[in-house]
Amino acid sequence: MPSLGADMVAGTIIEWLVKPGDPIKRGDIIAVVDTEKATIEVEVFMTGIIESILIPAGEKVPVGTALALIRDGEVAAPPREAAKPLVAEPANPLVAGPVTAPAIPRPAAPVTPVTRPPTAPLPHEVTPAAAKRLRISPVAMRMALEMQVDLSKVEGTGPGGAIGKADIERTMKSAVRALAPPPVMAPSPPVAAEAAAAVAKPLLAPAERKLAMRRAIAAAMARSKREIPHYYLTTSIDMGNALAWLQAENLKRSVNERLLYSVFLLKAVALAARQIPEMNGFWIDNQFKPGEAIHVGVAISSRQGGLIAPAIHDVDKKNTDEIMLSLRELVKRVRAGILRSSEIADATITVSSLGEQGVESVFGVIYPPQVALVGFGKIVERPWAINGMLGVRPIIMASLAADHRASDGHRGALFLAAINSLLQEPQKL
Amino acid sequence: MSDDELRALILREVGNIAPESDLDQIDPASNLREQVDLDSMDMLNLLIAIHGATGVDIPEADYAKMASVDDAVAYLRTRVSQ
Repeated sequence: MPSLGADMVAGTIIEWLVKPGDPIKRGDIIAVVDTEKATIEVEVFMTGIIESILIPAGEKVPVGTALALIRDGEVAAPPREAAKPLVAEPANPLVAGPVTAPAIPRPAAPVTPVTRPPTAPLPHEVTPAAAKRLRISPVAMRMALEMQVDLSKVEGTGPGGAIGKADIERTMKSAVRALAPPPVMAPSPPVAAEAAAAVAKPLLAPAERKLAMRRAIAAAMARSKREIPHYYLTTSIDMGNALAWLQAENLKRSVNERLLYSVFLLKAVALAARQIPEMNGFWIDNQFKPGEAIHVGVAISSRQGGLIAPAIHDVDKKNTDEIMLSLRELVKRVRAGILRSSEIADATITVSSLGEQGVESVFGVIYPPQVALVGFGKIVERPWAINGMLGVRPIIMASLAADHRASDGHRGALFLAAINSLLQEPQKL
Repeated sequence: MSDDELRALILREVGNIAPESDLDQIDPASNLREQVDLDSMDMLNLLIAIHGATGVDIPEADYAKMASVDDAVAYLRTRVSQ
């Protein structure tokens, strides 16, 4: 079970998209996982052949649990020793963050792995009682999710009592439609109760999801404030040039090709992060690890409540049209609640733009193990002096929350100054 | 397209963008963005959807003429029928 963000402790397999014997290559989507925050399509990080699936659909397991075995390479019949557990290791160090599980220890005999390899000391392990497997077909699971069917009330008539599509349909017809169950009222510790309930009701009803999402945010933000010595800097940026350029450009464009000014902010942050690399990366194992690319996390509020900061990849290398397309796509996916594992897991820096909500400045909480968060307020018209002359200009307040372990205020100041000067030449972004 | 059809189209697209909103509660005469909490990306997606359904390409300068559902219907009426 990959870590899809520092605030994730467990996930439920909704569906496997591959079966043993299937060839897979890096980047393929092999499974769909439900987390507290969203439904995530899990991409695989290696090329090979699915040897076996260890965790069936419907089961909730802690981060770090081996989900399947993948045989290395593309050889038709390699020795079985070549199989190794898939932990869907992200190509970035996020998975190694203290809240999440450390990389899975490789079992001594990879071909006969324990069903649940030892994982990090998570607050909750699935109890033996809860570990009784729910047998349900992927199609039935998806239907149950869509229709909010309480699976504990469905009688499976498939092989070994497995729940199939017909069982769900029958349950629907007999009108035993379970409405959202009341939120788990948390006998302490709350998370353990949630995990125990997980197998019987692997998919979260809206109220539960909301609660779970708050808890996930709580865990990440509390960790951030506990561990990260934040320092904050702000600067006012004249957006006159950027907005004038944007207006002229949008005039020429059809509505579906128009840009929003946020695209300039994202690009400027990415290019500035290239100049000041201490802002882009992770604080892990007591040292700064620079990001291998510049993947900008964009804080997007989910309409159902809560916050997700999925990443747009390689923002520094994309032009503004490409960033706009990615941003539109991402917002759509957040709204739909289905994201890709790479989008969720690998932001190297985050941007939070609360201007739409009408506030002028934002002092962010860094998303661990990242080391910086750039905040933008709303654009306001302000008296502004240029070359000894007073004029009225559209001004945005940019703020930096940075990890003092990874950088100092001087570098942070250079970073904000770089963002400012980049935004003065929008045509170059 | 009739006014009713335009109104239904707008509300349907608002429902797609903001699925949690109660469409029956929207006051057609007052500001839509404020009522449904649409940000600029939501507004752009709404205009893109309207463009897709009606063929009307709304210039940025006219965004203010689309503030409420009634405004938007009035704006589209003259352009769709042509």
